[in-house]
Amino acid sequence: MEHIRTPKVEKVRLLDRSSGQRKVSIGTLYLSATHTIFVENNPETRKETWVLHSMVSSVERPPTTPAGSQLILRCKDFRVFQILIPQERDCLDVHASLVRLSRPEKYSELYCLSFNPNANKEERQESWSFIDLMADYKRMGVPNNLWVSTAANSEYRVCDTYPSELFVPRSATPATIVGSSRFRSRGRFPALSYFHQDTLAAVCRCSQPLSGFSGRCQEDEVMLQAVMKSNPGSDFIYVVDTRPKLNAMANRAAGKGYENEDHYTNIKLQFIGIENIHVMRSSQQKIIDVGEMRSPSMTDFLWGLENSGWLKHIKAILDAGVFITRAVADEGVSVLVHCSDGWDRTAQACSVASILLDPFYRTIKGLTVLIERDWVSFGHKFSHRYSHLDGDPKEVSPVIDQFLECVWQLSEQFPCAFEFNERFLIAIHTHVYSCQYGTFLGNCQKERRDMRLRERSHSVWPQLWKDRAEFTNPLYKAELSQSQGILRPNTTPYCFKMWKGLYNHVEKSTPPRQSPADFLSAVREESQQLEEELTNHQEKIAALTGKPITWENIEVPRRTRHLRYRHSGPDPPTFADPITSPAHENTRTLSSEPANRKAQTQDPSHSPPVGLQLDPEDLSACSDLESGVADLSSRSSSGGDDSKDPDLE
Amino acid sequence: MEFSEHIKTANVEDVELRQPLHPPSRGTLCITGHHLLFSDREEGSSRQVLLLLRNIDAIEKSVENLLGYTSFFSHAGHSERTSGSSGTITIKCKDLRVLQLDIPGMEQCLNIAHSIETLSCLDNVSEMYPFFYRPTDLNPQSHRGLSAMETYYGQTKELHERWRLSSVNRAYSVCPSYPPAVIVPNSTDDDVLKRVAKFRQGGRFPVLCYYHRKNGMVIMRSSQPLTGANRKRCKEDELLLQAVIDGSDKGYIIDTRSSQQVQQARITGGGFESKSFYDRWKRLHRQMEKGKALQESLIKLVEACSDESHNMDRWLSKLENSKWLSHVQTALSTAGLLAECVERDGHSALVHGSEGTDCSLLISTLAQLIMDPCCRTLEGFLGLLEREWVEAGHPFQQRCAHSAYSHARLQQESPVFLLLLDCVWQLWRQFPLALGFSEALLLRLATEVYASDYGTFLCNSDQERSALGVKENTYCLFRALLRPTERDIYLNPLYEPTELAIWPSVHPQSLQLWKGFFLRWTQQTRHLEEVQEEIRNMVIEWGKLALS
Repeated sequence: MEHIRTPKVEKVRLLDRSSGQRKVSIGTLYLSATHTIFVENNPETRKETWVLHSMVSSVERPPTTPAGSQLILRCKDFRVFQILIPQERDCLDVHASLVRLSRPEKYSELYCLSFNPNANKEERQESWSFIDLMADYKRMGVPNNLWVSTAANSEYRVCDTYPSELFVPRSATPATIVGSSRFRSRGRFPALSYFHQDTLAAVCRCSQPLSGFSGRCQEDEVMLQAVMKSNPGSDFIYVVDTRPKLNAMANRAAGKGYENEDHYTNIKLQFIGIENIHVMRSSQQKIIDVGEMRSPSMTDFLWGLENSGWLKHIKAILDAGVFITRAVADEGVSVLVHCSDGWDRTAQACSVASILLDPFYRTIKGLTVLIERDWVSFGHKFSHRYSHLDGDPKEVSPVIDQFLECVWQLSEQFPCAFEFNERFLIAIHTHVYSCQYGTFLGNCQKERRDMRLRERSHSVWPQLWKDRAEFTNPLYKAELSQSQGILRPNTTPYCFKMWKGLYNHVEKSTPPRQSPADFLSAVREESQQLEEELTNHQEKIAALTGKPITWENIEVPRRTRHLRYRHSGPDPPTFADPITSPAHENTRTLSSEPANRKAQTQDPSHSPPVGLQLDPEDLSACSDLESGVADLSSRSSSGGDDSKDPDLE
Repeated sequence: MEFSEHIKTANVEDVELRQPLHPPSRGTLCITGHHLLFSDREEGSSRQVLLLLRNIDAIEKSVENLLGYTSFFSHAGHSERTSGSSGTITIKCKDLRVLQLDIPGMEQCLNIAHSIETLSCLDNVSEMYPFFYRPTDLNPQSHRGLSAMETYYGQTKELHERWRLSSVNRAYSVCPSYPPAVIVPNSTDDDVLKRVAKFRQGGRFPVLCYYHRKNGMVIMRSSQPLTGANRKRCKEDELLLQAVIDGSDKGYIIDTRSSQQVQQARITGGGFESKSFYDRWKRLHRQMEKGKALQESLIKLVEACSDESHNMDRWLSKLENSKWLSHVQTALSTAGLLAECVERDGHSALVHGSEGTDCSLLISTLAQLIMDPCCRTLEGFLGLLEREWVEAGHPFQQRCAHSAYSHARLQQESPVFLLLLDCVWQLWRQFPLALGFSEALLLRLATEVYASDYGTFLCNSDQERSALGVKENTYCLFRALLRPTERDIYLNPLYEPTELAIWPSVHPQSLQLWKGFFLRWTQQTRHLEEVQEEIRNMVIEWGKLALS
């Protein structure tokens, strides 16, 4: 609390820029130890907006205007708030507090560690046992006579960024493992990521070898040989270097690099060309800017998209996954994946490959297991990459954002193949950044153990699992052909599009589009209920008459539906967005939701359309297509005054 | 003319056909006056491909003369000159499908290619297939029935107080591209209409095309006024427009050209409604591309979609460069503007560009879909197309003579109707529950408009169709689509009627490439079709349960 100079400021104006809001709301701003809270003055709504300090990525202070001093809050989930504070002194205080609060220096300042961990002790302990990685290895058939568990890394002796429990080829001796790890960046020796039972081929991961121009290491060569031997069906392995070849070569000069095909027998080296974290960081900034453009023309938008390079990077990652999948599933050849340190691009490539190879990872439970394995346990540096603490900005990069987006792009291509929906991916994205739970804290397993996170915080997964109804894709059907077996995506550029749901809050909250998914969820739910009822009735009837009845032959006329579903038409924006507030609400409304919606519906803020104010004789104004466009979309956002509230019906 | 003149080789055996989404197959190829027929000769399968020659946009042939190797083939014992040669014909269709035929025998290959080239672009309408098509489960179009405009007038009782059905054009003498019956203000008599027609390009005087029940406002459409360089005026035209907004303080004119283009149009005799003579009317300009620019845009987009370089930058830049999505954006935002004028601002509007046969129809149709729940059902939408496109005189024959693959010199081709379908698809995607018809309908229409068994899209106007007896001698597509056997495919299982206007978002992120059409023949679209199937099943299942 010592960082909060002014806990409360009145007569503050807030504009939620990212939700496409055009009207400023006036209210009171509170600073708590964990949240910035804005409460609207309007006695009817008293809408509250909560922003977790750890979600704030930057606080800007543009020049003071006559109306007061401004702050612009940019969040890690791409929301943007504009705040106008009447007194400059208050503004300076709030600014200083927020700058400090949004950049915690110690883990203990984070939300998940800031309350009593023993309040729900049992629940907490249980939450950590929700995911059992060993059970997943067992599910894929490991250990077996090819892959065995090794104790080499217990107590993190060999590699401090690896998990303590690992699987290696049966023929790899402890000496081989230790020798190999000495020859690998950060000691990250080849270990099993995924075992494909159908072909007995495996996906393994490691970091780059410390080969320089001519270095070699016998144990490492033996290790790769052992990986090959653990796949009886093939006489070579692919080594996938996910970096562009040029980068890999440059690393040689620093005593690192890639495997020399002359030294390793039976390997085939393949470069994929995923760019490094710095390129990705600036690329994401560009696509955020594209998402924030107010009323771009189609040309501006497509140029921005091309110029950001973002989709190109997403495609490269997906291509890496496709390459590994083909090798493992079609050729039956094992693959060893690495990049430089083996914790960013390698995690991306391996986890995308798992998604493509195994339908289990396309379920809600499966995705959580996959993230826990390839990301959390294998030492993806969450706290550095997602700046949980104030640190080196060069370490920050949207690595897991890209993985989640790959999954989203796949789900767009195979809408029936995934058990979860877009909201689930966005919820994970939010939690990776928010530190509401201990799951993603720290940079590796050892760090988490040393912090005793399991005793001090909760795991996020049971929470998400509890809300799974919200995250279920109604179209998912395990029996469908596209849900089964190997996923073979098309990676032609036209298959990729910008992930609107993540980057563009303006669009997300403008006329809430009709969502067939929500409708179908309702249909599916009702169907299940009806089916249950039917079974009940049948049983009753059967009990009464002693004869079972069937309903298959009944003619079905089309009936009008009276289902409740989320959006029936152009209704006003909803504010309690479940995507951004799955666990602890970021945005809450005091009044009951329908009432709030109604208040929105009656919003009389209809300015005459810009387009209609144009003087037709004025050339410059007339050629202004965008104003018409902007106008139209904004007007849609203000909601039809004649719109009905589906929830009230 | 006899078709047989053009068919030197009617049958070829042992042809290999390669088509998207299917493995290659071998069989017999047969050419008739209107079709290309391929029947599979594999054991146990009897697959047939029947392709309307009219659907073929371009063909490319390459023959390989293997005379040097004849010795290898001589035991086959056929004609010495051609036995060892073969040829490949690549057929690019107007529905964007690409087929390849490997034909043994160079001469046969050339004959087939020649027949396709000639028969696929016959100009004579009465020789086209719709005049020969005889489905067993349909009755011919009854030529005694009401026109769509008369039906609309009949259904819209609210109109009758101030509007009348005029038959001034019954002999197509006032406006050759209008239907015989049009709706005009009660207070305007036929003599006035005749004079107004002289003042509007192609005689397309302002007629009513939509009545908004909620507030009694209307949408009119016409062609440009012929004011010319001297700012000519026409008292009757001014009176007619005055009569339209009688009782209201103003109306909007949406001109689908920029104000610069409008000024230039005066030099060639066209022009615009000047503020000084039409003081109650407010003009809004929205420049919309049409004609050649639109055709070229389509060509570029189709080319971009077939680029296999796997280069993201190249794809995005080609997509941008085609401008197709910009055209979609402009069309939807202009239609949105029109709907705003009528629904939100509560005023009547007149729409025109220059001829009033392309963009005006496009945006009046879209605006009606946005505002009027009645035209969002399957029947309603087909009725709207009949009224606003077929009867309103969109020159289908000129606009759809060729599509994106054709090598022929561009003439009057322009994919305005395709642009409409794309825009409707965008609406359908943004409001998946609000439209009563399915994507399959839009795809079917996109195919039929270029090549059809039915007479609906033949000719350029009602007059032409009546002169050729199209209605008496061909079958109507719209009716065929409503047959019980077909309509199920074209209904949207998620349809949930809403009285509300559906305002589309025209933000670039909300508009997408219409994959179902432009990438129709790729595996990707298959997955999406599977989804539609799944949705249909779910809803049917649920319906069953709900009933029992």
